[in-house]
Order: sequence, then C-alpha cells, then structure tokens
Amino acid sequence: MSAAPTAVRASGLAAGYGGTQVLHEVSFEVAPGEILAIVGPNGAGKSTLLKVAAGTLRSWSGEIDLLGRAIGSYDRRELARAVAMVSQENPLAFRFTVLEIVLMGRAPHVGAFHFESPRDLEIARRALERIGLLPLADRHVQELSGGERKRVFLARALAQEPRVALLDEPTAFLDLKHAAEILMLFRELCTSEAMSVIATLHDLNAAAVWADRVILIKHGTIIGCGRPDEVLTPQNLREVYETEVYVGRNPSTGALIVLPAAPPR
Amino acid sequence: MSVAAPFRREPPARESTAELGLSGAHLTRARMLSTLAVLLVIVIFASLVAAAFGSVHINLLRAFSDASSPDHAIFFAARLPRILMGIAIGAILASVGAALQALVRNPLAEGGILGISGGGALGAIVALVMFSRLGGSELVVPLFAFGAALLSTVAVYRLAIVDGQLEPLTLLLVGVIFNAFWGAAIMLVNSVVDFYYTHSILFWLMGSLEAPTYGEVVTVTILGIAGFMALMFYARDMNLLALGDEAAAELGVDVERVRRVVFLATSVMIGAAVSVSGIITFVGLIVPHVLRLALGADHRLLLPASLIGGAAFLVAADLVARIAIAPAEIPVGAITALCGGPFFIYMLRREGRHPFSL
Repeated sequence: MSAAPTAVRASGLAAGYGGTQVLHEVSFEVAPGEILAIVGPNGAGKSTLLKVAAGTLRSWSGEIDLLGRAIGSYDRRELARAVAMVSQENPLAFRFTVLEIVLMGRAPHVGAFHFESPRDLEIARRALERIGLLPLADRHVQELSGGERKRVFLARALAQEPRVALLDEPTAFLDLKHAAEILMLFRELCTSEAMSVIATLHDLNAAAVWADRVILIKHGTIIGCGRPDEVLTPQNLREVYETEVYVGRNPSTGALIVLPAAPPR
Repeated sequence: MSVAAPFRREPPARESTAELGLSGAHLTRARMLSTLAVLLVIVIFASLVAAAFGSVHINLLRAFSDASSPDHAIFFAARLPRILMGIAIGAILASVGAALQALVRNPLAEGGILGISGGGALGAIVALVMFSRLGGSELVVPLFAFGAALLSTVAVYRLAIVDGQLEPLTLLLVGVIFNAFWGAAIMLVNSVVDFYYTHSILFWLMGSLEAPTYGEVVTVTILGIAGFMALMFYARDMNLLALGDEAAAELGVDVERVRRVVFLATSVMIGAAVSVSGIITFVGLIVPHVLRLALGADHRLLLPASLIGGAAFLVAADLVARIAIAPAEIPVGAITALCGGPFFIYMLRREGRHPFSL
C-alpha cells in the first residue's frame, strides 16, 4: 500500500465558465483509501472542483494526476473505469428500472456489443444490496422518492468499481439513517478496497466526523486544508461563511460539532 | 417468463427478484431474441395478408406456382415492391424516431418534427416543378429530396449549437421552426404554380407508397440498413445519454461524436425515405412509444424492435390505405395519422402515468 501512487494530485488548478473564473490556484492531494471533504459556501467552486477531477469540464488549466498519470493521458472509457462521479442533480429521461441504471455503471467495463455478463450482474446486485436498494431493483426510477433516487445513482457509482469516487453532496435528500449509512459504506470501501473519496458537503458535522481531511474553500481559493479539527475552527468558519459559528465537542462521543451561533432573540 | 410473454414486463414479486438474481428488470440476450422473433412473425403475417388483399384479391399459392396467372403479375409487379417498400420505410421511420428521441432526450422528436422530412419534401416539390416539363424527373426528384433533407439536417444541427454546445432542447426548437418554415414554403410553391401540380404536391405532403420500382426499394433498403447499423453501434451510448450529457461523458461516452454520427445517419435514412414516399407522419412517434411502454427503455432492444415494429405497422397501414375505399386509395400518411393519434392517446391514458417524466 505504501508504494501506491497518490490517488489524485492536483496543482495550480484554475477553471471557469465563459468569462468567469471559478477556481484559482487550487492544489491538493488525496491518498489511496483517504476521504477528502470539500466544504465552503454556495458558489465557492466545490462542484467545479469535482468536475475538473472527473475530466468533464471543458476549460481548465493546471495539472491533475490520477493514480500517478496525467488525467489527459486517459481515454474516456479508461477514465470512467478509474473515476466515478455522482452529481447533485441526476436527471433521467425515459423509464429505466433501478437495476438498468445501476448496470449503466458497468458500461465502461463492457464491450460495445456485449450484454452485461453474470459477473456484471453480480456486481450490480452487490451494489444494490450494499446501498439497501435490492428490493426496489425492478422499479422505475421515476417512481422513487428523492432520497431513494439519490441512492440509485450512488449504487451506480459503486457498480463502476472506481479507484476514486467524486461525490457532490452525497447526503443531500437523505434522511439521518440513510445519510449515516452512505457515509459509513464509503468509509468501509476506502478501508477495504483503498478507494479514495472526494466529496462536497454542506453538513460540516458530517465532514468533521467522516473525512480524513477537509478543504475549506471560498471564492475558488483554498482557505484551509488539513485535519477537520485544524480546519473547522471558529476563526476560519467565520471568515468563510461570514457568520458567527459555535465549534465544540459532542459530550458523549468527543466528535467535533459545528453549529450556527444564532443571534439572541 | 420472458420467452412466454416477451411483451409484458410484469414486475416479479419483490422477494423472488432477489432470489432469481434480478431477472426481468434488465435486458438479456434471451429476452431480446425472443422479443424480436415475435415481432418478426408479426411483420411476416402482416406482409402475407397485405399481399393477398387489395382492390383485387389474389391467391398467393397460384402467384408462385403459375407464372402466367394474373395473380403472378399482380403480386410481382404491384404488391411485392409495395410491401417491401412499406417494410423499408416503416422500419426507417420508427427506428429513426427512437434514435432521435434518445438523442434529444425528448419524446416529441422524430424526422418530421426536426424538419428533416419537411426539407426533403420541399426539395422534391421544387425539383418536380422545375424538371417535370424537361423530363428526367423520376431520377432528379428523389435526388433533390435526399439532398434537401441532408441540407436541412445540417442547417438545423449547426444553428442549434450555441457557444460550442449543443443543447437538446434548442435542437428540438430549431427543428420545429424549420418544419413549420418548410411547410410554409411548400404552400407558397403550391400557390404560385399550376393547379396541375397540386396533386403531386399533396402526394409529398401526405406520403404514399404508390407504385415504387424495385430500384427504389433496393436503394432505400441499402441506405436504411447502413444508417441503422450506425444507430445500433451507439445503442448503449443512447441509454447513457438519458442520464444527461455530463453523466454520459463521465461513463465514457463521447457525447458530441454520438450526436453527430447518429444525427447524420438518421438524416440519410429519413432523406432516403422521403425521397420515395413523401412525409409519412406518426410512425416515428407511435411505434417507439408503444414499444417503449411494452419493452422498456433499453435502446439495444428498442432500436431493432422499432425497426421491425415500424415495418409491420406501415405495411398494415398501407393495406388499410389500399382497401378502405378501393379501387380509390387513401394516402398512407393519412391512415398512420388517423389510426396513430387515437391509439397513442389510448396507450398513454391506459398506462395512467406519463412515460417520460424526468
């Protein structure tokens, strides 16, 4: 494991849409098996950062190495076997079943004229099982609730068997139980399969207990990067979110907790 | 289950799904082959019925056994080329509809709505008016139709690209505008030329399979097969396009290339169809929709199923066009629209939910 190259190494990233620059000089590294959370206010460039790492943004500059190779040296399907992305919005035209969507995660692994093999089916079944969607496998995605739908696309990313998972707000729309389960599941995958995760999170408490390291970002610039307790300080958070926050410890678990310091009524 | 009733996608009981290792909820080779076999039987049956019936009923056995019989003459000179043409045109229209709907992620797309067939019809009519007195219009008219359909496609495609990005909804809107524009241009031509041309112009607007030559049948079939092979090459990519351009790209799809190749292939196919049969509406909408409701959304099955199903549908519609008011004929495009519209509404209502909700 120690000889394994860095999962993702980004240096001097800049990116934008049209004339607007969204990321400035962003550099970071993610090791195999590590979870990196990206936090920051709306419009800070968190999703853009994921899109650059996913290789789907058109205009960006800087360097990204993936598993020790420049991202530009990957062809599309090869990249799709290494990196899986789950966006915030998951549009779907036409009535595909849950299983069909999860099997789409096998597309980069399967030849153009082949049907999914029993092995692909087993991988999809296992992904559904892990994410607790097996009973819904033959339902149409349009019939599901928002949270169930989100989990379908997370299962698709699992079926992709990536080395690096890019998750844009993986717990949005999920209830407490399912949010915790998803975070735990990806933690397990990082441990057992050395998968790396880069996830944007609005929930600072989730970031504090789940991530190995946190990047705090504002206006496309990194304000802090390091262990959650180093980065999620009252000073940093006040600067980035422009509001008063309370940072303390959960008395029963000792975990870092971040709360808005509500103004007195 | 899939062999016994390939048209039903009865969700199996929840528990058994897990036990059976997820059968039924996805496409397998066995389900694909059995479904296509059933559709093939339907198209053969429709063709045999269409061959036997018409303004004159013929005996198919005598047509094959007695070369001097009138049955033989009618079968080989009139019925067979017409049925083959119906198969080719129906197959093209329906498979193109299915592909274009995937391409723009919109249930309204088909060759007509995107302005491809309208452009072709205008080309045909202009050639007809220009060349009919000079002679040689039999060859020039289809060529003009084909060329105009391609030009119209390229124009729609180029104009839909904004900031280097092709937005599916923009493509659809530009196509709708072109479709209306070509319709208006045809009306304009119709009002400035001799009354003499009106019947021919109507032929192109309503669509008909009247009196094709074997040469036309072969040409359309070859272009149709070539185009369809390009579509099938991207069948799985079309599934992934349903997730949106970004997600498709993240799963390894070259989205722009798929769009370009599929759009070009469909315009060749529609151009070939329009050049001999005019604008036949509704086949490209109704056949893929009905099949999607019955078979699911996987394009690896939907495209070939639409190909065969479209053939059966148009052969049947053309039979009605020939015998409903025999010895006179109704344009087959009128039949497809008249049967297709209400049947389509019925299917949508019966399902009780919108099959394309995003």
